[in-house]
Amino acid sequence: MAHSPRTPGIVAGRLASDTLARNFADLHPPLDAHEARVAADRCYFCHDAPCMEACPTAIDIPLFIRQIATETPLAAAATILSQNILGGMCARVCPTETLCEEVCVRETAEGKPVEIGRLQRFATDTAMAQGPQPFSRAAPTGKSVAVVGAGPAGLACAHRLAMHGHDVVVFDAREKPGGLNEFGIAAYKSTGGFARAEIDWLVAIGGIELRHGQALGRDMSLDALHTQYNAVFLGMGLAGVNALGLPGSELAGVEDAVGFIGRLRQAEDLSSLAVGRNVVVIGGGMTAIDAAVQAKLLGAEHVTIAYRRGREAMKASRFEQDLAAEKGVTILTGVQPAGFFGDGAVAEVELAYTDGSGETLRLAADQVLMAIGQKLEGAPGALTIEGGKIIVTGAGRTSRAGVWAGGDCASGGDDLTVTAVAEGRDAAEDIHASLVG
Amino acid sequence: MTDLTTDFLGIKSPNPFWLASAPPTDKEYNVRRAFEAGWGGVVWKTLGEDGPPIVNVNGPRYGAVWGADRRLLALNNIELITDRPLETNLEEIARVKADYPDRAVIVSLMVPCTEEAWRAILPRVAETGADGIELNFGCPHGMSERGMGSAVGQVPEYIEMVTRWCKQNYDKPVIVKLTPNITDIRYPARAAHKGGADAVSLINTVSSITSVDLDSFSPEPSIDGKGSHGGMCGPAVKPIALNMVAEIARDPECKGLPISGIGGVTTWRDAAEFMALGAGNVQVCTAAMTYGFKVVQEMISGLGDWMGKKGYASTSEFVGQAVPNVTDWQFLNLNYVTKAKIDQDKCIKCGRCFAACEDTSHQAIWMKPGRVFEVNDSECVACNLCINVCPVEDCITMERMAAGSVDPRTGRTVTDDYANWTTHPNNPGSGCAAE
Repeated sequence: MAHSPRTPGIVAGRLASDTLARNFADLHPPLDAHEARVAADRCYFCHDAPCMEACPTAIDIPLFIRQIATETPLAAAATILSQNILGGMCARVCPTETLCEEVCVRETAEGKPVEIGRLQRFATDTAMAQGPQPFSRAAPTGKSVAVVGAGPAGLACAHRLAMHGHDVVVFDAREKPGGLNEFGIAAYKSTGGFARAEIDWLVAIGGIELRHGQALGRDMSLDALHTQYNAVFLGMGLAGVNALGLPGSELAGVEDAVGFIGRLRQAEDLSSLAVGRNVVVIGGGMTAIDAAVQAKLLGAEHVTIAYRRGREAMKASRFEQDLAAEKGVTILTGVQPAGFFGDGAVAEVELAYTDGSGETLRLAADQVLMAIGQKLEGAPGALTIEGGKIIVTGAGRTSRAGVWAGGDCASGGDDLTVTAVAEGRDAAEDIHASLVG
Repeated sequence: MTDLTTDFLGIKSPNPFWLASAPPTDKEYNVRRAFEAGWGGVVWKTLGEDGPPIVNVNGPRYGAVWGADRRLLALNNIELITDRPLETNLEEIARVKADYPDRAVIVSLMVPCTEEAWRAILPRVAETGADGIELNFGCPHGMSERGMGSAVGQVPEYIEMVTRWCKQNYDKPVIVKLTPNITDIRYPARAAHKGGADAVSLINTVSSITSVDLDSFSPEPSIDGKGSHGGMCGPAVKPIALNMVAEIARDPECKGLPISGIGGVTTWRDAAEFMALGAGNVQVCTAAMTYGFKVVQEMISGLGDWMGKKGYASTSEFVGQAVPNVTDWQFLNLNYVTKAKIDQDKCIKCGRCFAACEDTSHQAIWMKPGRVFEVNDSECVACNLCINVCPVEDCITMERMAAGSVDPRTGRTVTDDYANWTTHPNNPGSGCAAE
């Protein structure tokens, strides 16, 4: 091993391959059949279940868990997938601790919820391992729909439209489909190329064409899509990143956390991935946590998250914060960056306390990852935009007739995979109603 | 520490926990382990007549019913009586009894329904020094097809006849083990009593098929694709057994007939319940087969703690205490009015009480905003289903309405007076009251 966590600068191979493999194994390992039976037995089959209410896609959780308990995981998967075609990914990445599992009555009773996320994964993994999806296409309607963005919103929309018999073309700016599922989620939450496998499984329904390297505003216009297709769904997410414009931002080693995570997800060999010895992550959301934890798991010696407000204000859930702390990440709150210093490459970050004291501190940093939020980029001017989002009403209707939007680029809802799936699905139903009406 | 010594038919044992006649008591090796673990007595697995030993199936003998987390709720077996030579068993019984004089050793017997057969085996059992015999008139599988076991237990005249033969040819206590596979348990109990039995023990196993394999369509346990009904035991049969014990305990014709309670005794509490309903002691099998002989230690400590708390110096002080409270439906107090009450602090808001009441009962639970569940006294008939389905102990309770208050469901004023069906105006049989 050429390098260690203490090697200065941004270098690859700080840890041995087997350590890296262990570090990036499944965060929540899959349940085997016995474990699933035991976990499923704990569900009380609540009336009008709180978990179901808390799920943005309104999966009938008590029913699917009962189907697992009675040894019919394929039926369980059908229950899940009929509401959420990306149920496999959501089982891995949903912050269940702030959704279904937070409101589980056994959380109330014993502080230990039914493991809904892992049970959902058991059902969907079993179904995907056994064969094709349980849905088929209706007779072709002759209508076609353009979907912009092959992330969770776009894929959910495309699948539901295809189910109804429409022809769907999905355009994505990147070279691969998946959006944040493929490029934006911590590697230990979606291992073994799951994101890609799920998409292959999803599009197998037929009637969905994926076109890569096609960005709205660069390679095609909304007007052209509007003319060429019977309806348009925009689900391109937030492709731009916020910048602070601080002194030293141009120094080598100061970069955007989204790019770092994307690189990591696409890396064939984790030991070839460079990471700093002293890493500072600026931000307090899931992206900050994902970047910080993974930097640590890659072998950085010191990783610090710097967030301008208190821990309770962090968008990352308590579970995620604890995960970071457990992996050895230091979380500093009440500080914001004042500047980056170094000779060509960053060597120090200056942080200022946000309590008005004027006090500052400096941290050694050979890598700074900015996770201060993404922003809408390349949205067509014809649409009403407010607060950096495409304004939608009802099931994703934009200000322009015939154009729908959902997921992170659209107003309303949390910026979560599961919310994007719900919005894409609901927009598809609305589009379908308008096309066949 | 509370003294659990029990005297049953003059047979003393250090505690009331005996192992029932079953696989755990088939051999000296097992019985010695049981006594070392602390069991008060054993009923040795049923011996048959001398001759070629019994043959068992060579495939699975047990089926099972599981609850959540694979907790064993019931076992079902198609094993026959002992398949070891009579002489071997008799030698072992004598050795064990000699080594454990303070423990009860009872020998279970099942031979053909002829006096000669019984006269042949009884003296040989007597020679072992065992404390008594138990007549197996209960096994519902296999042996019953040969006119033994429950085939005898289902005909009161045979019970009386065989019991009498045994009393005439054996001078120690004779216990008659009854089958539950019958309409009214009092008839066989009365027959045993008439025949001179010193006690009855019950219940033997309940005829059952535990499950069906949906690929082979064979009942379980499956022997080469076929299954035969077995005898079910374990926690699931306890309610059946408690009722049958109580029916005999309160039957005037069986007055004074001692009972050994059997059927799903799994904890000290189960044992105390059987004994409160009139059993002088209990016999256990499934709990031992599930957890091993060590479970008796919990039974001993638990029963002792409870007796200590209650101030009972001996088991005889609480045996039968519940019997006077077992009555016929017609004598239940119709002026006893209760309403369910939900403790909002304990409620975890699962809504099972609501689903049960709304879908299957009396629409007496409101679901209010914020998942607040409350009982509507105007509709609540106090059926108890909400309590039964609630996953939290003591979250829902039945509260008696005070005398003088008005039941909002019926509009009637609640009274302390006792009144039952026999005098109710709606009862066509209560003539004078209706006039």
